[in-house]
Amino acid sequence: MSWTDIGTLNDIPLRGSRIVKTAVGCIAVFRTAEAEVFATSNKCAHKGGPLSEGIVHDRKITCPLHNWIFSLETGEAQGADQGQITTYPVKIENGRLLLDFDAVIAKVA
Amino acid sequence: MQKMVIIGAGMASGRLLEHIHEAQPDAFEVTIFNAEPRGNYNRIMLSPVLAGDRSFEEIVTHDDDWYADNNITTRFGEKVTGIDRERKVVIGEKGEVAYDKLILATGSAPFIIPMPGHDLPGVVGYRDLEDTNAMIDAAANREASAVVIGGGLLGLEAAAGLRMQGMEVTVLHIAGHLMDRQLDEAAGYLLKNDLEKRGIRVIVEANTKQIVGNGKVEKVLLDDGTELPADIVVMAAGIRPAVQLGHEAGLDMGRAIKVDAQMRTSDPDVFAVGECVEFDDNIFGLVAPLYDQAKVLANTLLGKEDTFTVREISTKLKVTGCDLFSAGDFAEGEGREDIVFRDPKRRVYKRLIVENDRLIGAVMYGDTADSNWFFGLIKDGTDIEEMRETLIFGPSFQGGGGASVDPLAAVAALPLEAEICGCNGVCKGDIIKAIEGGVQTLDGVRTETKASASCGTCTGLVEQVLAVSLGDGFEIKAEKPICKCTDLTHEDVRRLIKAQELKTQPAVWQELAWKTPNGCHVCRPAVNYYLLSDWPLEYQDDLQSRFVNERNHANIQKDGTYSVMPRMWGGMTTPDELIAVATAAKKFSAAVKVTGGQRIDLLGIKKEDLPAIWSDLNDAGMVSGHGYTKGLRTVKTCVGTDWCRFGTQDSTGLGIKLEKKLWGSWTPHKVKLGVSGCPRNCAESTCKDVGIICVDSGYQISVAGAAGMDVKMTESLVDVATEAEVEEWVTAFVQLYRENGKYLDRAYKWVAKVGLDWVKEELSDSDTRKALVDRFDISQSVYQKDPWADHVRNRADQYKPIADLTKEAVT
Repeated sequence: MSWTDIGTLNDIPLRGSRIVKTAVGCIAVFRTAEAEVFATSNKCAHKGGPLSEGIVHDRKITCPLHNWIFSLETGEAQGADQGQITTYPVKIENGRLLLDFDAVIAKVA
Repeated sequence: MQKMVIIGAGMASGRLLEHIHEAQPDAFEVTIFNAEPRGNYNRIMLSPVLAGDRSFEEIVTHDDDWYADNNITTRFGEKVTGIDRERKVVIGEKGEVAYDKLILATGSAPFIIPMPGHDLPGVVGYRDLEDTNAMIDAAANREASAVVIGGGLLGLEAAAGLRMQGMEVTVLHIAGHLMDRQLDEAAGYLLKNDLEKRGIRVIVEANTKQIVGNGKVEKVLLDDGTELPADIVVMAAGIRPAVQLGHEAGLDMGRAIKVDAQMRTSDPDVFAVGECVEFDDNIFGLVAPLYDQAKVLANTLLGKEDTFTVREISTKLKVTGCDLFSAGDFAEGEGREDIVFRDPKRRVYKRLIVENDRLIGAVMYGDTADSNWFFGLIKDGTDIEEMRETLIFGPSFQGGGGASVDPLAAVAALPLEAEICGCNGVCKGDIIKAIEGGVQTLDGVRTETKASASCGTCTGLVEQVLAVSLGDGFEIKAEKPICKCTDLTHEDVRRLIKAQELKTQPAVWQELAWKTPNGCHVCRPAVNYYLLSDWPLEYQDDLQSRFVNERNHANIQKDGTYSVMPRMWGGMTTPDELIAVATAAKKFSAAVKVTGGQRIDLLGIKKEDLPAIWSDLNDAGMVSGHGYTKGLRTVKTCVGTDWCRFGTQDSTGLGIKLEKKLWGSWTPHKVKLGVSGCPRNCAESTCKDVGIICVDSGYQISVAGAAGMDVKMTESLVDVATEAEVEEWVTAFVQLYRENGKYLDRAYKWVAKVGLDWVKEELSDSDTRKALVDRFDISQSVYQKDPWADHVRNRADQYKPIADLTKEAVT
């Protein structure tokens, strides 16, 4: 594990998202209504839509392009759709957001 | 004319002035004093100001123009030093004012605990704008810490606001649990947990020993030796009625100025209202009774009979995510029994206090959806013996009674005089009578009673009355609910938001029993629109409930880039604007497209570049064209009398005027206008939401056209003679659509539902038309602003990645 500081909870709007740029693509970091954070690949499993621009509801994200819905916890597409987005460990510690950068590289590689 | 002097411009006196000026604007010659250097504002909204959700300007209830328009003399920032009741004058610092009627509305002051260090700079109460600004200033330093003394309503709102501003916040509360006057221990515990989860430290049973600092606040010391660093200390330990003036004037006093049920003091020409009042051994700190008092006093002053009574009050905390409700009396006592419900996993706690088969108190945490129902039982003193076993599960478990989640039961429970159709003033009894007279269908009810025959928003209710009355003999045509989060239709939600005065999204989810924690991508944008359309001054638009285009003020394209489209008023532009557009296009490598609405679209812009290209276009004097909104898009025009040999009026000029009036307004779906200079119709006005054809005698306004999925010609609304009339009619039409349309219904679909006859009927009444325009203007005072400039100024950071780890080693 290599927990990498990416900012604070307040940097992400409530029920919103921001992206983290990495050499292997963008990661979307989401903040739910309950002040939980989740990190996933920014690409929709359907046509690659930018998930960070979708609407966050409960622990789910709706892709802005064609309304596919994914669980932020498991990455699985919801409802009748079949597909999976990658999820990454992220946590809040002393108000800072920490992303497991090793996991990002491992899952891409 | 009688002379009235008011001392204090708070919420009570503001409401008093409104009542008087609605009923009899010229009854009094009014002078109003205020120690604060400003007039009436909504003090309750200081919390959103502190949290950064509102600006002060947005919470002002009466501005300078209002006082001027109503001939009220204002003496703001001037202290009143005395009252001479013999001579009937109020003595201000800058001279005396005579009165026939004097109103004391001096309110209250925060109680500053006289501990060592309480007078250091940096110790503030939480009462007025100065206090709020002091807190905002302290929070400007992101590393700063705040200590809030007092874990009551006010203290917690201050703490949440300071935390939202990014400060480290500690709340000190002397009792064993937070909000100990409103909550019991268990609910207080859940509240503490929730606050801690959002990063607010809470210390209960905290005995503050002293505030320490050299020239300004530096830290707070507790009895047990704990030291808390503090750049600001907020004292929220309670309020004291501000009664010195009344006391010195020799009025009868208790803990505050004593008044009778007409708000009269011991002097028949002196009245008092608000937090400085004592009535029947009660003093007042929440806003609801203050408003009651203001109404009673207004009636008394206008010679109408009215009596103030103390009513039950409930409390909700205005801290997002902390759902709590408390009402009535929940102290333990002989003969009182508790009913308690806990669900630790859902973090729900409910406690009801029953005495003599009546509900006398309720505390709820985590799930307050049924709070209004319980509050009603408390207020009405309903006998609950029969439903005792299921009482705690709320109204949906009570057969047939209460405002149940089951809409049929709710309708069955409505009294006969309950109004069903607001447009035509039809009550439930009228409909029942028609049904008893043999009517069996919705159309029958419409013909017989006119209910649901106008705007149609009550159709669901009428059908439910039919279903309740006819039983199996009537089948409700199933209107589709908005989405899977609710059983309610768009129309129901719109109606309930207005009827129940729901002003936030969580209020909608709670009160209308949403099945999901915070909606979904289908209902959230709709609810967000309904709230901002109905409560433009009170509701805070939620960007996270908007589709990406409206959140980012640009159209997302299939590759994730955006298109940017500056506004070109009425299709006019200048060489300089074109140069700016061309320069921006080159700089950001945009594809350039002329759109169907007479504008230029720059395609292929990266999200990160949006603030920069907006800034460049802003510099050239251009603003967002809203080419992406459910709002006003374009006003297409031809060249009219300026150039055309057939043009009859200045169609371009009129188009620009209409666009300047309407731009920035949010609507259920996109709105497009066309203005053609003659019936040759070069601007294609007859397939727009609103089309204007200029003719020699004036202007033909037609509405409800479409040239999208459906192609439909507009239908005539009205012919008028002047541009001013065009502006009024068009604005009123747009506002009627804004207030009644279902989200994502274009105007033509909405008109088809409600009927063009109804639209004409509404708009042809000049009072209705003017009221619609007024409400539109109020909304525009908030929403007509260039989003590009706004986002460049306030949100540019949000367009960048939160972090850039491209340099991190990839091994």
